[in-house]
Amino acid sequence: MLLINCPWCGVRAETEFRCAGQVKAPRSEYLDKSDTAWLEYLYRADNRRGILEEYWCHEKGCGEWFKLRRDTTTHEIMDGDTDS
Amino acid sequence: MRSDQRYSIFTLIGGAFRAHRHWKPAWRSPQPKTQYDVVIVGGGGHGLATAYYLAKNHGIQNVAVVEKNWIGGGNSGRNTAVVRSNYLRDASIRFFDKSLQLYEGLSQELNYNIMLSQRSEVDVLLTTVSMRNMKRRSLNMNRLGIEFQMLTPDQVRQRIPILAPMENCRLPILGGSVQERAGIARHDAIVWGYARGADSYGVDIIQNAEVTAIRRGDDGEVTEIETSRGRIKTNKVAIATGNENAAVASLVDLRLPLRCYNLQAFVSEPIKPVLDVVVNCPDLGVYLSHSDKGELVIGGATDAQQISFRKGGKLPMLEDTISGLLELFPSFRRLKLMRQWGGALEFAQDGSPIVSSTDVKGFYVSAGWWGGFKAIPAGGMTFAHLIARDEPHPLAAGYGMERFSTLNYLLEGGTTVPTD
Repeated sequence: MLLINCPWCGVRAETEFRCAGQVKAPRSEYLDKSDTAWLEYLYRADNRRGILEEYWCHEKGCGEWFKLRRDTTTHEIMDGDTDS
Repeated sequence: MRSDQRYSIFTLIGGAFRAHRHWKPAWRSPQPKTQYDVVIVGGGGHGLATAYYLAKNHGIQNVAVVEKNWIGGGNSGRNTAVVRSNYLRDASIRFFDKSLQLYEGLSQELNYNIMLSQRSEVDVLLTTVSMRNMKRRSLNMNRLGIEFQMLTPDQVRQRIPILAPMENCRLPILGGSVQERAGIARHDAIVWGYARGADSYGVDIIQNAEVTAIRRGDDGEVTEIETSRGRIKTNKVAIATGNENAAVASLVDLRLPLRCYNLQAFVSEPIKPVLDVVVNCPDLGVYLSHSDKGELVIGGATDAQQISFRKGGKLPMLEDTISGLLELFPSFRRLKLMRQWGGALEFAQDGSPIVSSTDVKGFYVSAGWWGGFKAIPAGGMTFAHLIARDEPHPLAAGYGMERFSTLNYLLEGGTTVPTD
């Protein structure tokens, strides 16, 4: 089980959280460009081994969103970030 | 099948008088040549089947299969070996039923016992949602002339007598569905059978050769690959590397619309025969079969949230799966689990595979095969057709990569957790 450090609630079990995918540039930056860029925004993800930055939501807790960095091979979690 | 050593009861009996010293290796381990017509990257079921059908159906025999580790050591060796064709859309039903038909004749064709056991798969349905989903599948399949029918609760209990008694159920059994031709096959035998078959046509199977670079010519076309066992000139590179597809495609600067998610399975201690069908319960997210060794082989739902390449599972998913299992079969509550394993499933966002040429000339992709074990024969056959003729096989015409820009999706969902 992953233990995730919610920036507001402290360390909680993974089952309280929801992962909402990789952090990307805001949607507006893709909308004004070509169809290809739009498809890139919708469908492409960095499907790779290593550390990804992701949006997570403490769904069954405080309900707040934050970013964290996670290793896709080991599932190790680096601390969260509340900037978003 | 042109192997110089056919397997039969007579070679077995004959061997008994010679202390079985006459057996030869089932395939060669050649040094890579400097040039091949086609290089297939990935020596799993799909890669080897593709090589076999390239040689057999299209006469292209100057082919190499390069594999980073050993053949069949990836997801071909980590699945739960179920074969079935009860899919949702016409194109998928036709494709996966062709695969099942090829499985039915494969032991004969390859002269290699793939231990196909068509013991049927019974879906135990506990909610109206999954009743409706399976009814829809069965109507669609029957329309295409493929058998898949609904069962009453009594018929489900008749086929699976050790299901929990009615009075103990949290959710009563509303009905079921069954595909009689579904079942399980031996995963190693599929890989080894296709390897031996491809080898007999002259295909070189090169293990321990990791692709490190793919070189391209002036027009961007593929010209050469670099492996840890040397350089190989070729105009056609076809990748079927499972979880590594995105990494290999990045060697030619392609980004594939794929995501890898974790799935785990586990095996109980061996017990006397209690189940003679494959059982699947979409509502509890669990499926299982009873292996020839007596172990229950149990699989759960995909952890479809986080991109993951970890070859292990996580406790919450295991707990979910086990609690679902015990709800259906309380009598299994004292069984011990012998081992557990996990791996990554590769998904395209519409749930259908990708069998496609790409913007890079001479670079072909077979990917997104979550649940790809059942698809090995048809996947190999259609991928070989695409590589040989540069046009998609009619059965896989909907699996081209252009569907993501034309929005011509082929939406599919699993049967363990229905999504439609």
